[in-house]
Amino acid sequence: MHMFGVSRPLFTMVAILMLAFAQQTVSAEPRASEFKLSNGMEVVVIPDHRAPVVTHMVWYKVGAADEPRGVSGIAHFLEHLMFKSTDKIAVGDFSKIISRLGGQDNAFTGQDVTAYHQRIAKEQLKTLMEMEADRMVNLRLTDDEVTPERQVIIEERRSRIDNNPGALLDEQMNAALYLSHPYGVPVIGWAHEMAKLSRQDAMRFYKRYYAPNNAILVVAGDVTVEEVKKLAEETYGKLPANPEVETRERPQEPPQIAERRLTLKDPRAGNASFHRYYIAPSYVTAKPGEAEALDLLMKIVADGSTSRLYRKLVVDEKVAATTGGSYSGYGLDSGSISIYAVGADGDLKPVEDEVNAVLDDVRKNGVTELELERAKKALIADYIYESDNQASLARRYGWAVAIGRKISDVEAWPEALAKVTVDDVKKAADSYLDSRHSVTGWLLPEPEGAKGSGDRLEQSVSHTRS
Amino acid sequence: MKSGKPRGYDMDAVRFLRLKNIRSAFSRLGSGVSLLVFFAAFIVTLSQPASAMKIQTVKSPGGIEAWLVEEHAVPMMAMRFAFDGGSSQDPEGQEGVSNFLTAMLDEGAGDLNAREFQERMQDLSMRMNYEDAKDAFYGNFETLTENRDEAGKLLKLALNKPRFDKDAVERIRQQLLASLAYAARDPNKVAQNEWYAVAFAGHPYARPSNGTEATVSKISGADLDAYRKRVFAKDTLKVVAVGDITPEQLGQLLDEVFGDLPASAKLAPVATTDPVSGGRQTVVDMNVPQSVAVFGMGAMPRKDPDFIPAFVLNQILGGGGFASKLMEEVREKRGLAYSVYTYVYPFQHASVFSGGVATRNDMMGESLDIIREELKKAGDLTQEDLDNAKSYLIGSYPLRFDTNAKIASQLLGLRMDGFGPEYIENRNALIAAVTLDDLKRVAKRMLDTDNLIVTIVGKPELEQAKASKANAKGG
Repeated sequence: MHMFGVSRPLFTMVAILMLAFAQQTVSAEPRASEFKLSNGMEVVVIPDHRAPVVTHMVWYKVGAADEPRGVSGIAHFLEHLMFKSTDKIAVGDFSKIISRLGGQDNAFTGQDVTAYHQRIAKEQLKTLMEMEADRMVNLRLTDDEVTPERQVIIEERRSRIDNNPGALLDEQMNAALYLSHPYGVPVIGWAHEMAKLSRQDAMRFYKRYYAPNNAILVVAGDVTVEEVKKLAEETYGKLPANPEVETRERPQEPPQIAERRLTLKDPRAGNASFHRYYIAPSYVTAKPGEAEALDLLMKIVADGSTSRLYRKLVVDEKVAATTGGSYSGYGLDSGSISIYAVGADGDLKPVEDEVNAVLDDVRKNGVTELELERAKKALIADYIYESDNQASLARRYGWAVAIGRKISDVEAWPEALAKVTVDDVKKAADSYLDSRHSVTGWLLPEPEGAKGSGDRLEQSVSHTRS
Repeated sequence: MKSGKPRGYDMDAVRFLRLKNIRSAFSRLGSGVSLLVFFAAFIVTLSQPASAMKIQTVKSPGGIEAWLVEEHAVPMMAMRFAFDGGSSQDPEGQEGVSNFLTAMLDEGAGDLNAREFQERMQDLSMRMNYEDAKDAFYGNFETLTENRDEAGKLLKLALNKPRFDKDAVERIRQQLLASLAYAARDPNKVAQNEWYAVAFAGHPYARPSNGTEATVSKISGADLDAYRKRVFAKDTLKVVAVGDITPEQLGQLLDEVFGDLPASAKLAPVATTDPVSGGRQTVVDMNVPQSVAVFGMGAMPRKDPDFIPAFVLNQILGGGGFASKLMEEVREKRGLAYSVYTYVYPFQHASVFSGGVATRNDMMGESLDIIREELKKAGDLTQEDLDNAKSYLIGSYPLRFDTNAKIASQLLGLRMDGFGPEYIENRNALIAAVTLDDLKRVAKRMLDTDNLIVTIVGKPELEQAKASKANAKGG
């Protein structure tokens, strides 16, 4: 078996050429292939023959934003329950079987997608596909399995959210960012609704959305398109399409006309920090070139120590310890911009003033040619370095197709990025860094109760010899 | 543990913003397991069906040695390197200096100030970052072939002539202090630090790797440079390279980048030690809804014949994700925790078997009882348990070699542990040779629960744990 050696896809070479001649347009050679099974299941294959392993993913075009009101967390809960049992697989055996085969498996849930993924030696691919196809339609659940698993997701919420004031603020800010769209409800769910999630809720959601005609298979690694096609037809291809599968129609946002502000006081917060989110279009909803311009804008304004925010707030004015931010453009119905700055001391007023000054300046005066050039180079370099990893590639393609983009869109991204002009960036900044579409959050390290704000968090330590 | 990436704060406080970038994706296995995976990457430099991966040993004209895997299909390369040292070389009163240095090496060098240096890096599309562990200072360098010479020069500047300009030092100090302030409220971090403080009291491993507010406030540019001059030296340097570069070209690059470093490091001696025995339990009071516990005890050194059996035993108990006993008992059967895991980690001067669990405050006692029980039962594992673990460890080995970056990490890990390239060929045979008797012997040798050191952060209810402890002693 070759660990190495076989050809690395042309497209990477193309991207590298583009890095060298950033403004030149070179058409990307396709790297991935796409086809459909007769039951409507989409398939994406990304050959990479360096190591005799494969990454296998099944993406469902459903996520937390598709949950009925009041049943928040059910998409993620179902994802956990998918590891329970079917007629063929005993309770909890799914992961154990994969482990015995030398594979690793996991799953994740987002607002728009739910994905199940494994990495394994290529010889085991068929077994994996049989197992994944089986649980697409044959899931069995009993209350005895559902009850402890509900405790698990509640502990997961405590670990990720409740134990972390930054995550609590993020949750509150998201809820304020969306006036009507379900993106305002956290993926993991609100605690009081999670406590009531039932087996029936999970099965209802499963029957409605889990079907081959609502799923995408992505296989990356040491395979050919023909091999995958044959295996996919023998496994997933045998499942009937579900004509009742629901299409995604979610409540959309009304015009946003007022900025929102939140303050969370929590003694666990560490330094005071400033946060701002804006609604923005996503790669799905934006006009051509607009999302690429937003990626470049946020690279210039907020990414790392060469960014405008860092230079102004950390290096020059010294009001912040660090800053950051990014554009998140992979939502089906909306994207968002996020910015943060960790205060150098407790006073966030000068921090917010300086952030606003940086943003106002870029809205009014745009960015320079040199900044734009550097940002393009940096984003394309990230894209290339990431292509070293087949699991990242599978995720890149899978996510895109799951929100309705084409693989040609993914592969033409470096090209689309190269076309963005300074005017495009200025226009994007002016349109989307609009405070009326924003939420500002302050996280302050203060006690919740009536205590004075000067209190330090006290920790007592007790040692026991046992 | 190992943390303190450059701009350490990003890694910690603002982690949630990164999560948000992927639209708040939640995965079935979270933080605990990523810790585990991280350890696995560094520990188990074990092998691969090595048939096709050719590791060459390259010696530069100037005498610097490196391992190389040539891969010319893509015009880029990754180089990883390490110096012995890390936080165990932080002088007393300067805890955190090593971590501080990891964040200072792209903050200006030679004629370039911080801004110019960082812009130059960006123009070259090169990547350079550093991490410190308890025993080593790690560097990571990636470049496109066409920029290799220029990027190499910049790397050389960073290692040989960092400026430590006053404003840059102050800037990074603020970030590190902010990061410490956050970490002081993060139950996971507090529990980890406390565990090492208790387990290794009096030894450099007990000291906080990232320092304290007091030490980080005082560290100067001169302190940073003094540490650099002691630690960055050719005699402890280990380098691996993967990608588009020939042995001759690599030889030149090695001399260019590392040739001017001093011949030998001036390291303070670090004593070989073991975690304290006899058992300890520490509770750090913190007002959080969920308690976090770290538990553990001593393990076998990397070159002990029982290390591999201990590694397999760990896989069965808590290293194997959903296939592990602890996951089955604590999570799957009882829903007590989202994550529970263990790992075996051989530091240079001590080895630990350790793990963690997070559960709501009133269930911490019960969770720890179950964990203790499972550790006690480790002597009764079956042939099937062993076969399943071996089957995973052997079958999944190639998954560690499927990207250039991972190959580089694996090879550097091997070098750090003092093995030759041939180890990769032999590794699966070592796993396959482990018997049930080996497991039983190792369980007896390693897993005496009377030696268990536990640190808990939160507001745990521990009555049950105490009661069962009393019973155990009474019996």
